[in-house]
This record gives sequence, C-alpha cells and structure tokens, in this order.
Amino acid sequence: MTHELIESIFVRYFDNPILHEQGDSALLKLHGQNLAFTTDSFVVDPVFFPGGNIGKLAIAGTVNDLAVSGAVPKYLSVGFILEEGFPLDELEKIVRTMSEEAKKAGVFIATGDTKVVEKGKCDKIFINTSGVGEIDDNLLAISSGKNIKAGDKIIINGGIAEHGMAIMAARNDLNISTSVLSDCACLNGLIAEVLEVSENIRFMRDATRGGLGTVLSELVRKKNFGIQINEDKLVPKDAVRGMCELLGFDPLYVANEGKVIMVVPVEDADRIVETMHANPLGKQAAVIGEITGEHPGKAWLNTSVGGKRMIEMLSGQQLPRIC
Amino acid sequence: MKYIDEFRDRKVVQALAGEIRRASTQPVKLMEVCGGHTMSIQKFGIPALLPDTVELISGPGCPVCVTSRSYIDKAIAYSKQKDVIITTYGDLIRVPGSESSLEKEHAGGAQIRVVYSVMDALQIAREHPQKKIVFLGIGFETTAPGSAVAVLQAYREKLTNFFVFSAHKVMPPAMSALIDEGVKINGYIGPGHVSTITGMKIYEEIPAKYGLGVVISGFEPVDLMQSILMLIKQIETGNTRVEIQYKRVVKPEGNVKAQQMMNEVFEPADDWWRGLGILKESGLKLRPKYSAYDAEVNISADGMVPLREPKGCICGEVLKGLKKPKDCRLFGNVCTPRDPVGSCMVSSEGACQAYYLYNR
Repeated sequence: MTHELIESIFVRYFDNPILHEQGDSALLKLHGQNLAFTTDSFVVDPVFFPGGNIGKLAIAGTVNDLAVSGAVPKYLSVGFILEEGFPLDELEKIVRTMSEEAKKAGVFIATGDTKVVEKGKCDKIFINTSGVGEIDDNLLAISSGKNIKAGDKIIINGGIAEHGMAIMAARNDLNISTSVLSDCACLNGLIAEVLEVSENIRFMRDATRGGLGTVLSELVRKKNFGIQINEDKLVPKDAVRGMCELLGFDPLYVANEGKVIMVVPVEDADRIVETMHANPLGKQAAVIGEITGEHPGKAWLNTSVGGKRMIEMLSGQQLPRIC
Repeated sequence: MKYIDEFRDRKVVQALAGEIRRASTQPVKLMEVCGGHTMSIQKFGIPALLPDTVELISGPGCPVCVTSRSYIDKAIAYSKQKDVIITTYGDLIRVPGSESSLEKEHAGGAQIRVVYSVMDALQIAREHPQKKIVFLGIGFETTAPGSAVAVLQAYREKLTNFFVFSAHKVMPPAMSALIDEGVKINGYIGPGHVSTITGMKIYEEIPAKYGLGVVISGFEPVDLMQSILMLIKQIETGNTRVEIQYKRVVKPEGNVKAQQMMNEVFEPADDWWRGLGILKESGLKLRPKYSAYDAEVNISADGMVPLREPKGCICGEVLKGLKKPKDCRLFGNVCTPRDPVGSCMVSSEGACQAYYLYNR
C-alpha cells in the first residue's frame, strides 16, 4: 500500500535523479564530499515495549538507514510531536534513552523541534529523525546493489522477527506474556567492523517493516539474478517461533529493528561471519543463502523439510487467522 | 521447540517421501479440504517432495472463501446501523462484498473490531451495554462450538446486546457434493481441526458411498506426508476407509462436550457455498430458543446493497478443485492479496493466496 502511495503521489511530484534511486539513504555530493542523508518518522504503539521504546527506535532507525548505505552516521535532527497531556516523566525517559543511544552510536543530535498538539490530534508521541553521514567513494554502490553477482553469499546478523513479536506481545489486547525482547539496536558499529575486513560488500539493507522476506523479494525484483535462502539457517528464537505459530505469523515477514542483511563475495563470507560473531549484535550471524543465476527475478526458500517455496513481497498486514 | 520440531524433522520427512515414491504406482489426485492444510502444504513446499504420480488439489476448506458476498454485504449493512459494533476474526475484514469490504468501512469510520476469540466479543458486549455487539460467526465445526459457548454464556448472564451472525457451516455435505458434481479425486486429506470436534464418524459416507478414503491429518510436514502415504496405501490396496493420522489430537468420537454445546445452540439449515451452491443441511443457524442472540432476527439490514459478483473470477471452480489458481486470468495481475477480487485471494488459507505467496 505504502509502496503504491510513494509511486503514485510522492515520486510523481518530487521526482529527481537522487530521489529516484530510492535507497535507504539519499546519496549526495557536497563540495566533493559524498554524503548520505535520510529521514524517518516513528509512531510505534505502544510507546514503551520490551527491549526499548520509541526513542531508541528513532535513533537506531535513522542510524541504521545511514549505516546500511555504507555511510558513517554523523549528525541527527530530532522532531517531536506530542499529544497534550503526555506525561513528562515518560517523555524524559524517552529522551534519556535517545541520548544514551546516540552516544553509543557516536552520533550528535545537532538540531531539533517540538510541537504540542491538542489531545486526540496525535497518539501520545510521534518522533521524526533525520541524519547525515559521510560515505567513501568505494562504498557508493552498496545502496543499489549493482555489483551483485551469482555466487555471492547472503548473511544476516542473527535471529529474525524479534521486534515485531515483542510489539505484538506488548499490545494489551492480546494477553500474552513472553520473554521476547525487541532487537532494536544501532548497527553502525557492527557494520564498520565488517567493512574493515571486506572491501567488497555488494549490498546491505536493514530488514525492518515487512521483514527479511520483503527485503529479499524487493532486492530480486526485475533483476537478472535469483535468490536462494535455506530455512534451516534462519534461527528465530524459540519464544519468537512459538508466538508466530500461535498467532499465525510467518517470521519471514515480521519486522526487525536490529538486523542487517548483507550480500557479500563468496571468498569474504566466512571472514565476515566470524567478525560478526565477535560483536554482541552478531553472535548468531550466519550465511543464510546465496545469489544464483537460476530463476532470475525470484527468491526461493528451501524449506527446512526439504521442500521449496517462493518468497513474495508482503502485501498489507499479516492478519490473524481464523482456525 | 517441542511438538513442532519433531514434526518438521527433515530426515523423517525425507524417509516418508521415499516411502511414498515406492508405494505410488498410479497417478492419484488427493484433495485437502482444510484451509490450514492448503497453507501448510504451500508453506513447507510439500509438492516438491512428492513424485509426479501424486497431485494435491485444494478443496472448499477455507471458511472465508466459501462464504457468500451477500454475507459481507449484510455485515456491512449492520455496521452502518446506529449503536452497532461488528466483531470479527481478522480474515474476514478484507473480503470484498458487492461494493465494499469491512476494512474499507472501518477506514470510513464504521465500528469494526478484530478479535482473536469470540469471548473477546462477549467482553466488548459487557463493557458497552448501550451498544449492540454483532459477532460474525464464521467457520466450520472448528469455530462453531466457540460461538455456541458465547451464546450460552450470554444467555446465562442475561446479556441483551450480544448477537451472532452465523455463517457457520459443516464439512461433510460439501465433501459429498464435490464428488456428486463429478470432481475427480482419489481420496481426501481430512480436516484436522474440524475432526477434533466431530470425530471420524461424520466421514463414513465417503468410503461407503463413493469408495474413497479419508485420512484425518495434522498440519505439520510429517503429518501431511504420513497422511499422504496412508491414503496411497489405501488406494493401492483397494482398502479405502476413514483413518486418523492426527491421533495426538483427534479422538475417534471427537470432543463430545463441544458437539453437545454446538447442538444445543445451532440447528442444521440449508446453506449457500461459493462454487457449490445451496447444499442441504450444510449450515448452522441459531435454534429458536436462542433467537434473541441471532443478528439476522434482531438487527436491521437496511441499506444492504444488491449482490454483484465479479466478472472473470473462478473462485468457484478453484474451490471445487476443477481449476488451479494459475488457470484464472485475473490471478496475480488484477487479483492480488493487496487488491483481491475473489475470496480465495483474501484469506491466508485461500488457495489463491497460498499459491500467490508460495508457488507463483
């Protein structure tokens, strides 16, 4: 739905060569320096959830959009829209988290804005963050993935579906208590470590809304290569799998907020996975599949029982099932 | 994860695949009549594990898919009445009616809430005594007992603002009707959840009258592969009968208490199925004793739009297993999960959506 909206309204009126690329960040050149620039708004409900809150998400989301473009995130702006009556102590808690998270990620919050709207005109608190980062010449192709080749390996830094399921569990209309925490985290540190051991990262993307499945099906669309993923290499936590089974969700399409998918040359794959393993955010990193010359334009999953199925873009929300 | 991993064990599945290959000498078509099975078969990629001799086809096992457009039209009409809150399982909200869907009406301001359990609908009724809460009772014998429990509870609590709009259906008439209509299959993969309630007796007509086997199956890959093997052995030896593969859940007699509650609240009625038309005693409507809880008796459907069926949609044939989703010229271009034309593309258990997602 959002995809269509972007195409039919925003691109139609705003179109220019930079916007046209539609990567996680816009790639700009300013006085000879390459910059990555991105913006994102956060409206998560509930505002506080196991493993984080809307503030952590707002920092990590924008930092990650820059980092997966190959950029070193530098400066963020923060805009708040507050509903009248939103408790000050909760706001302070959110802002404190943002400050801590920005420090950890090594980014400065350089500018900001606050608006308060009447009760009922927004839901508690909305946050927008924008960010700029520097990017090396030799990493400019990462965003588009134009150097991807058959035989390249696909890596993810851990188990999927944690953020989405943590949010589902935290919504109070489902009486579920679980140990699932959101994986929400800034990935720029982990990505910087990987870029030190491999000069040829072909593509990176954080698998947020729509999950791993959506990233893969978008990546492969209209391309002359195909994708093959091995289900037994995906390692969602048991609690996450259990919740997905119970509620009828396919973990492949559930949101993550601390997972990066990388396409890397085969000769670098093991080294990258080892590097990730040394970082707390990459302990469960694994090669989960590869780029193939077969079935161009399509992503296939080799199921854990030895079957095969296609990975298609998620359309609309995953709905709970009847029986 | 216990009770899951054992039934997704690659070695066991591969061993069963080998046995199926050895046992199968003649081409067979097996039909699953449960939407949950359709989804599992596609999700786990089961067809790729089977020899060319074994073809799986999807039957009318998705409750959303067999429901008429006029049911949605009526639910929408209810949603437009003053003081009505519609409560429904999630699958139904995107199903197109003649002119709109519950999702679109919701976006336009109608009071429509998705619930995970009918008991949640009952709770909404308790919390909003000034509103009329209509629960969209959809599903086979699996969900009908739940609706029955809610009605009985409302009766006990003397609630006067809780109503069920029943489109509940029972499975056996459809299974017979398909064969009567000339659909060529060699056996049924019997529904697991329905049978948990009903037990195995309700299928006895299938081997007795038509000579076809029914194997009641679980939903995991090992379950499905084992059920397929059991059916093939029945066919190869000519000893067709009703068997239970899903023994860890399904008892031969079923869940007697649930059956009693269902019979207390509902009585059989002729009902309309997409693709099959009106089938005798295939639906469940509220008994007169409980008519105070029957939405159709108590809520006005003023403003209900005239029925309009979409052109070119072959949901009916797909539900009968006569055609595959890919045979439809709307499939994947005009009709997608985002913008479904027919109900089979809407439900996560519909054959068209399962094919669209996993096997295009």
